[in-house]
Order: sequence, then C-alpha cells, then structure tokens
Amino acid sequence: MARNKEALVLLLDVGPSMHSVIPEIEKVCSMLVEKKLIFTKYDEVGVVLFGTEDTDNELTEEVGGYQHVVVLKNIKVVEGDIVEALQQLPRGATHGDFLDAIIVGMDMLIKKFGETNKGKKRLCLITNAQCPIKEPFEGTKEEQVTTIAKQMTVHGMRMESIILRGKLSQDANKKIMDENDQLLRIFSTETSARSTYVENPVSLLGALRTRNITPSTIFKGDLELSPKLKIKVLVYKKTAEEKFPTLKKFSDKAASTDKFATHEVKVDYEYKSSQEPDKVVPPDQRIKGYRYGPQIVPISQAEWDAVKFKPEKGLKLLGFTDSSNVLRHQYMKDVNVFIAETGNTKATLALSSLARAMKEMNKVAILRCVWRHGQANVVIGVLTPNLSDKENIPDSLYFNALPFAEDVREFQFPSFSNFPAPIQPNEQQLEAAANLVKMLDLAPQGKEEVLLPDFTPNPVLERFYRYLELKSKHADAAVPPLDDTLKKITEPDDELLQQNKSVIENFRRSFELKENPRHKKSRRLLREERYGSGEENSKGEIPALASNLIEDKSNVEVDNIGDLTPVQDFEAMFARRDNPDWVVKAIDAMKNKIHDLIEDSHEGDNNSKALECLAALRKGCINEQEPKQFNSFLRDIWSFCQEKNLHDFCDSLSSKGITLIPKSEAADSEVTEDEARSFLVKSQPKV
Amino acid sequence: MDFEHESDDPFRDDEDDPDAHLSLEKESTKEYVVYLVDASPKMFTSTCPASADDQKEESHFHIALSCISQSLKNQIINRSYDELAICFFNTREKRNIQELSGVFVFNVPERDYLDRPTARLIKEFDRIEESFAKDIGSQHGIVPGTRENSLYNAIWVAQALLRKGSAKTVDKRVLLFTNEDDPFGCIKGAIKSDMKRMTLQRAKDAQDLGISIELLPLSHPSDPFNVSQFYAELIGLEEDELADFMPSSGNKLEDMKDQLRKRMFKKRIVKKLKFIIVDGISIELNSYALIRPTVPGAITWLDSVTNQPLKSERTFICADTGALVEESTKRFHPYKNQNIVFSTKELSEIKRFSTGHLHLLGFKPLSCLRDYYNLKPSTFLYPSDEAMDGSICIFIALHRSMIQLKRFAVAFYGGSSRPQLVALIAQDEIIQSGGQIEPPGMHMISLPYSDDIRLVEERHSEKVGMVTRASNDQIKKAADVIKRIDLKDFSICQFANPGLQRHYAVLQALALEEDEIPEIKDETLPDEEGLARPGVVKALEEFKTSVYGENYDEECEANAKPSEASKKRKAQAEVATKECENYDWGELADTGKLKDLTVVELKYYLTAHNLPVSGKKEALVSRILTHMKK
Repeated sequence: MARNKEALVLLLDVGPSMHSVIPEIEKVCSMLVEKKLIFTKYDEVGVVLFGTEDTDNELTEEVGGYQHVVVLKNIKVVEGDIVEALQQLPRGATHGDFLDAIIVGMDMLIKKFGETNKGKKRLCLITNAQCPIKEPFEGTKEEQVTTIAKQMTVHGMRMESIILRGKLSQDANKKIMDENDQLLRIFSTETSARSTYVENPVSLLGALRTRNITPSTIFKGDLELSPKLKIKVLVYKKTAEEKFPTLKKFSDKAASTDKFATHEVKVDYEYKSSQEPDKVVPPDQRIKGYRYGPQIVPISQAEWDAVKFKPEKGLKLLGFTDSSNVLRHQYMKDVNVFIAETGNTKATLALSSLARAMKEMNKVAILRCVWRHGQANVVIGVLTPNLSDKENIPDSLYFNALPFAEDVREFQFPSFSNFPAPIQPNEQQLEAAANLVKMLDLAPQGKEEVLLPDFTPNPVLERFYRYLELKSKHADAAVPPLDDTLKKITEPDDELLQQNKSVIENFRRSFELKENPRHKKSRRLLREERYGSGEENSKGEIPALASNLIEDKSNVEVDNIGDLTPVQDFEAMFARRDNPDWVVKAIDAMKNKIHDLIEDSHEGDNNSKALECLAALRKGCINEQEPKQFNSFLRDIWSFCQEKNLHDFCDSLSSKGITLIPKSEAADSEVTEDEARSFLVKSQPKV
Repeated sequence: MDFEHESDDPFRDDEDDPDAHLSLEKESTKEYVVYLVDASPKMFTSTCPASADDQKEESHFHIALSCISQSLKNQIINRSYDELAICFFNTREKRNIQELSGVFVFNVPERDYLDRPTARLIKEFDRIEESFAKDIGSQHGIVPGTRENSLYNAIWVAQALLRKGSAKTVDKRVLLFTNEDDPFGCIKGAIKSDMKRMTLQRAKDAQDLGISIELLPLSHPSDPFNVSQFYAELIGLEEDELADFMPSSGNKLEDMKDQLRKRMFKKRIVKKLKFIIVDGISIELNSYALIRPTVPGAITWLDSVTNQPLKSERTFICADTGALVEESTKRFHPYKNQNIVFSTKELSEIKRFSTGHLHLLGFKPLSCLRDYYNLKPSTFLYPSDEAMDGSICIFIALHRSMIQLKRFAVAFYGGSSRPQLVALIAQDEIIQSGGQIEPPGMHMISLPYSDDIRLVEERHSEKVGMVTRASNDQIKKAADVIKRIDLKDFSICQFANPGLQRHYAVLQALALEEDEIPEIKDETLPDEEGLARPGVVKALEEFKTSVYGENYDEECEANAKPSEASKKRKAQAEVATKECENYDWGELADTGKLKDLTVVELKYYLTAHNLPVSGKKEALVSRILTHMKK
C-alpha cells in the first residue's frame, strides 16, 4: 500500500473570474479526496489557493513575493477535514498568478519529500488562465517556465492542468489566454505534464481523475507477426469498468457499546446431500459436475486438467483485413492497448509503422491471444491503429475481443423496405428526422465535444460518494437528488433543446404516435405468437397493420364480433378450437349483434346484414348441435319485431326461408318440421 | 471470457452483472420443438449442388438431418431445458402414440418422445442414416386409391406430442422439413380437395392451440420449391409475403444450410424499451442480445461417492457474536474510521434514474466513436408498433438519416444495474447470397465514463526526445506486409471457440462413457503454410530489416540486459538451491514430517526444482510429494 502512496498538491484558482465554477471545483476536489479516503488512505494531499485576498505561504516569508497565494492545507495524509475544507472554498478577490502557485506547490513537495518519492509527486492545477503572470526579474516568461519545468523533471513531479475555457470563461482577454496557453504548453513538452481544456461543468467533473489506478500489464512479451518476426509489446487495459463499491453485509447483533465490533456478516456455504439433508459433505468429498442435457457429468479437477484445452501463451497474428469486415458492434469486452516495450526503440518503430500503414490502408489486424499461461481458452480480437498526435507519446494499437461463432445469434429481422407504404416515412418526415439528427449536435464544429466519454463522470458513483460523505455526518440523511450538473448526463441539455426549438417542434408535428388500441394483454400474446412464427418463416414478413381492418381480422385471432364483418368474425370464432367456450361466446355475441342491428336499423337499412348474420347463426347452431339456442332466439327476435312494428324484417325472414331449426336438421331440437314451417306461416296473416 | 475463473466461483455476486437478470428473463420461457422431417423417397433422390471446389452432392434428407443434429448439439449446451421430439413422416414403419401409419417418432431409451436432449439421442441421431432404410424405411404415404394422408397424420402426431405444457409459458413449434411443394399432387378430384381441406384444418387446429408451424423447404435450382402450391395456406402466409419467403433459388448448399440454421432459431426479446426522442415523442423498441459470450454451463457440486447433486445451503453468521442471523438488508462501507450503513433501499435509490428508459441526448459524427469506447457486448434494437403505432415509422426515418449523415445517437439508458451513456449506431441491412447477414436496426453500445478509461499511453511518455515515429520507408514496408497477409473474406463467425468445443467434446465423451475424446481442430491458429509462402516471407524480412536493421538478433538483445526482476529471481533460485540441500527431503517425506516445515522452507524445495510455489501449505506438501513420486 505504502509503496504506491501518492503526494498530491491541488492548486486551485479562486479569483473573481472563477467564482461561477467554484461549486464544481468543490465537488470534484472533495470527490477526489473522498475516494482517496476509501481506496488509498495513505496518500497525502495539500491544498493551495491562489487569487485570494490574503497571502499565506512559506516562500513569501522566506524570500518575499508570492502574493495572494494561500496554503489552505499543508501536505498530510488524507483526512476528513480536507474534504470539508474543499467543500467550502473561499471566494478570492484578486487575480491569481498560476505560476506563483505552481512554485509554492513545488516548494511544499520538495520540502516534504526532497529527492524521495519520485514519480509519486503530483501537482494538479485548476484555473481558467485568464490573468497574466508576472514578468520575471530576469529573462523572459518562457525561459522562466522552462526552468521550472526542468526542475519538475529533476524532482520527478508530474503536473496535470485543467484549464477552463469556452462557456466557463466569458469575456476574457484572448491575448492573455493565448500567452498562458503557450506557457502551459511548455510544461507538456518539457516534463510529464498534461493539460486538459474543458468547456462545461460536466467535463470539469470528469476531467480530473479522481481515482489513481496504477496500470499493470496483462501481457508482456512478443507480438508474433510470424515465427520469424516478433515485436516486444506490453498490453494494458485501456478501459475497465469502475464498479460500484462492494458493500459488506451489516450485522447489528454486537452490543452498541462494543467499540471493536466489526459488524460484519460471514456467509457460510454448506453442501448437503439430497438424500440425507442433515449430512454435510466435506470439501474433499465433493466433485464438480457439468450439465449435459439432463445428465450431470462428474469430473474431477485432475481429470479435467488432463483433458482440457491448453493453448500456448502468446499473441499470434492471423492476418490483416479491411476495416469494413469488422463492425463496431461486434466488439465484445473492455478494451486493451498494445504499447511497445518501454525503452525499446525498435519495437516502438515497428508498432508505429504498422499502425500508420494500417491507418493509411484502412486495415485492421486479426489476432489470436492467450494472455496467460494456463488460460483455458483463446481470444480472437481485432487490433486498430491509435496514432498519437503528441511528439513524446508513441503510436499504439487498440485491441478489442471479437465473438466466436458460438457467441452470435443470427436472428432474422424484416427489411425496412418491406414495410408497406403507410408505415414508411414520407419525404417530409425524413427531412424532419434529418434535421433533428443534424441539429441536435453534441460535437459542434470548433467547440468542445459534449459528453466526451473521457471527460464524463459516472453519475451513479458521484452520487454514491457524495452520499457517503453526507452520511458520515448525518447518519440518516436521505439520498440527495441528482444535482443539475449531473443531470446534463442523464437528460438532454435544455440549452441545446432551446436552440433547436423549431427543429424539434417540426419533428414532433411530422410524426403521429398513437397508443395502439389493440394493445390488450390477451391479444398481445396471440399477436406475438403470430409475429414470432411469421418472422421465422420469412425474413421480410410484414406485420399486420391497422390500415386494413378487414384483412387484419382474418389474420388475427378473433375474440369478438365486430361491425364490419360480423359473419366472418363469427365463423372465425367458431373455428377456434383452443377452448370449447368459444362456440357459446360466439353465439352470444352474434345474438347481441343481430339484436343491435335490428334495433338500430333505420328504414330497414340494416336488415340485409341482420339476415346474413341470422343465416350464419342458424348454420352455426346446426353444425354445433345447438338448435335450442337458435330457436329461442328466433322466437325472441320475432316477438321483438312484432312489438316494435318492424314488419319488413319479419317479411324478409320468410322470404329468405329462415325458420326454426327442426328435428330433421339437428337431433337435439324439440321443434318438428311442421312447427318450423308454421312459424313462418304464422307471420303471414299479420302483415 | 476466462472459463476457469467464472466457473470456479458459482456464487459470484450478480448484483453488478447487468446481464444476469436479463438472461434470467430470457430463460423463463421454455421451448418445445417437434422436428418433422419428410422421409419420402424424393428427399433421398433430390440433391443439392455442393460448393464449387467440392463436387460431392448431398441429399435433401441428409441436409435436413445435419441441420437438426447441429441444432441438437447447440441445444444440449445452451438450452438443455427445452424439449424436443424428432419425427419422420412418409415412412414405412410407424411408431407414435396414436398408431397412425406413415409416421415414425425417433427416440432412444430413457427418454420420452418429447423430452430434453440427451447425449445418447445426439449420438444415435448422428448415425441414423446408416440404419434408416432398415429400421424406419422411406415410403411415400399419399397415394391414389387409399385415403391415407401421411402429412395429416404427421401434424396430428406433432400436435399430440406438444400437448403438454401451457401455451402461455412454453413456445411450441413444429419445424417441417420437406422438398415436396405439392404433397397431394398425385391425387385427383374431390378426394384431393377433401384431403387438402382436412390437412389444412388439422394445421389450423394445431395453430389454434398455440403451436406454430414453420416450414423449412429444401429445393433444387432446377426445381424450385413453390410455396403457394399448398404450404402458404398451411402456415398462413399472405400473398405479398410469398415473394420474400423463399430464398433465391439456385443457392449453394452452404447457403441453404445457413438459412435453414438461422430459421431454426427462435428470436427472443430481452427487453421492451421506451425510447424518448424528444418531449412527447417516445417510441417502442425491442432489444435483442445478438452477441453474447457463450460459456460452459455452471458447475454443479456432486457427492464424489454417489455422484448425486448436492444442495448448497447458505447461512449468515454475525462475525462479532457468532450468532446465526437473517440475511441483512443493511450494507456498510468503512469511511473515515467509521462504518457508514446503508439500507438496500437507499442503495437502489442511488442507482435509480429514469428507470428502463432510453433518453436521447443528441447526435455525433461516427468519427467521434473511438475504438476504446467499449465495455461489453452490444445490444440490438428493433422497433415495434405493438403498443405505439408510428414507432416503426419514426425509427426508420431516424435510422435512414443517421446512416446518410454518418452520425450516431448518444442516449442515456437508465437500466437498473448500471445506468449509462450509450451510443446507438444505425446498421443498414446487409444481404449476401440471398441471406441476411446483418439485420437492419440499431446497435446499442455502452460508453465508458471517464473513470473507466485509463491513460496508459501517457504513462509511457517518459523518455523525452526519443524517436517514436516510423519513417515513410518503414511504413511502406509495413504496408507490403499488410498487403501480403490479407484475410480477404474475414468474418467474425468463422471461428469456433476451441476451448468451448473441447469442453463439450469431453463432456459428450464422458456422458456416453467413451474412452476416446475426439480431437478438436483449433481453427484459430495462424495459417502457417500461408505465412511460409516466399512472397510473405520476403515482405516480412524486408520490414524487419527496415525497422530492426540487418543481422538483428532478438536473443542477443534479450540476453544483453536481463531485467532487474529476472536478476532477482535468479538470485532467489540460487539461494533456494543452496538452502534446499540442507534438508533430507526423502526422509522428511517418508516420516510425514513435511507438514512440520514452514512454508518458506517448503518453497526452497519447490523453487530449486522449478515448481510453482502458489497455494496453501497442503498444496505445497502434496506438490512436493508428487514431484518425489511418493
């Protein structure tokens, strides 16, 4: 732990032009210290402010000068009070000189550590570099900066500068800023320093690495282009998900007075045989088994080791291919970076020439990797060039794992061009969409890319660590809402939306979204089944659409009788065999329909339809041996018509020959043939 | 994707694993499949032209069987809880519950007709062709003069096989392989229409019960399969879908196999998402996991005496009092010398944003999507009009604009496990030799946050003033190498995972109690022959010379400056060898006194004999004993 301990001095500009961003600086700096308290609690931190009214530093006492620089916290092992101090930074009143602050910071580090702790001493400058630095007593500013940078190298210090620009630095003097940029660039070339320019509060939160992870190689050795040509490389992780911290289970069993209680919960696993649930099987009596269908195949570690796939450690080139042969979405995992062995010029050049040639020719390399000895599988992956634009950073290659044949599920989806015209966007809609894609621009020309992953903090972790700090003071504090800066990550930026109001409005007007009325639970399931099978069968199947209700009905399982095609609906319901209730349901529904039709009929305009339905119902009832149902219904309808004086309907009944169902047509009927016939005759005199 | 690692830790905390619950969701629906294979003589006589360089032709029957066999092997690994039955129709012999003629259900002992796949089933199915003529026999079942209808019988048998299980929880499918587009061709008149009607009604009845019937037609370039003859009606295809249904005829054997294979998959929706584009416009998307690493199944602990599975029991013990406790709903994290306690509710509150929704933030040019913005496999998105009419239309419009303008969308995905920024890349449909290679839709790629990205390159910028750029000549030489070693038709699907293949080969052999474990060909090894071609060797040689200079010898450089670490290791080994001589290992071993030595002492022996020094003390002792052959 102590081996990697880092000493960091934060140099924070708190001058008047910085006031608007100080809240963000407070957040990011306190987060940095909070994480140190958890992950690297032996790290040391000091805080220097500049642009303050006061002056308080050792150099001013020793040699004079260095005005308006205050050492807020001397370098010490991280503690809670540093977090608190950083959460309430004072607002300064004067223009600060960042070079003075750098020198004060260096002085602190040198006094504390001298020559020791090389490479673990870090300065972190946050400023908008809007104020000119003082003219040196002798020589030029450039010479002065160069000298300081050289001193940094000698003492093994690193510097990280975060410079606020764009929206974060309004009406500033461009000439001064350019001069300062020039001076800060000297640091980058002369010593190991990094300058980051940020233009919005989100990237300020993300720009400062709050957790310092020393990278370790996952592979060190040869990249084999062929058995005869090997390049010495180091492979590191380029991305690795920073996980939500693992929290321990809490036990409140210990007495509250017990100061040494760990409150931990131990989890014990016991294996018990299924026959004798009380018997615990000790570890040496256990054997691993793998499922193979219903069988479980037992296999001991030794057996397994003897037969398992044992690839040889190494990285082997399979070949190069057009970059279009590997699609971006095929990348499988986090990313590795291939760097030439440190100090190996030849290897650096070899990688550089490969990377540059690949870039020029638009090629990628396919690799077979076994990172470790004893690894049970191989990884196939793609190398893509990463050309460096900085003189002192060598070119490298990125490695992404690719899927094996087993990992790919080749589902088929309908072509968009196969959707029917009403579903396709028209010219105007396409234009509205194109405008939206163009105008909702997160990477506008000449401005900083918004939400650049490299500068975007993880809102969940931010929230967690802030809550942790809050809870350390108020144990029952509620989870704070997401602050406005972090909301810019999870929600669209209001400013961007305002700027493009007309484009968005136009987009909204161009398209029509309708809650699908057919979206009922039962129906959905059925439709899904139909779609599922349909799409398997044909890559270009067209889902049924509301555009044509009649056609739709014939496709979709019918569970009620509609207005348009009652007869077809009725037959469809009758034909359903998944549940015998459908017949009864269909008959009832049809009865209601007929009743409605007759009742709503205006001067007999529904009569023909009602008759069709009645005929269908009659036929159905004969087929399904339900004559009673029909006969009683016909009698009801009859009397209903008599009551309402709907005589023309009764007339048409007889003309169509719709009678009661006699015994001769359905065995269950209690109506004789004569009776059936006389039912019609009965009507005649009444006309 | 390290197998050992993952399988060794079966109780891995899945809380942080975003795919854990997704896969659970996915597995909750089971699938019952009946493979219905036409075994009429036509299936044996019709062939498919093989690929150009291999003139061997394969019968349709063989193609169908090999597709099924492949699918079985896949299934036993990935979805072994799914059940299946294999059923031939147009057979001489009959075997089915209803005693219907012309239908033969293939099975092996210790297995129901519709059951999970077993190692034995797979093995015997692979050999079925040898004994097919003898045991089952091929015979066209629909002939004039009889009222026999083998297709009707087959569907009926399939339906009966699929009787168990509710259609709500199980996907029931019949996959019908045939090359006869007009099964009632030889029948005339009223009998024909009658048989046709009966068969269609039978199919409809099955479909009404929630069974989907899917057709996998086999055809020959000179004799294309005409779906509209009969089958369109049977499976319920619409007029305008007919054209799309049949793959272009005249395709090669490999293509046909490929398409059959793809059709056998059942698409599974991982999740339904709401995509909020702008205020008031949200469309519905379905997400699919098209690419996920396949890992050997989880291990099950067995009793080594009885080989019976063991039940694992988890108990929670308070470390302070030793008392058994309930699973606690509180978690804590040490911070500033105190324990900060959180309730699980508070923890999920921290992670909660717009739950489950995808919120559009804006667009960026594709060039902004750097190669290192990746953390895990992508997820495929396809629109659905199911709940929202108009979703597909909006999706297509955005999709097309994004492709034209070469832009991707940035969105925030408020998933419950890891809310994150995602990139949505529009993917155009790619069709090759009649088959869909890439479906149209969008791929959702999780973007890293700043904390997930490591600044490795900059750490290697130590040396100031070192030459790090290759010269133009060196780049040219590298380009020659690239041109020489070109994988023209590289596609990601071309390699089977050798580790996984080996794993299953071992399991299959053990399951069947076979002595020999079949050798697995490792397709991932470089093409040594190709690399030894003179042109390649020359290009490599020239590149090497231009970078490393003449007469460069790696050994030389390696030996010249041994690293600090290796010096140290060497010194340690010397010490160990010397120390090692001070002990009489043979005697210590014989008297069982090895365990009385300290770990440091044990390591002297191990280091001196070049053995691994890892593990617990018992492991060290047993390693020493093994080495001494005791």
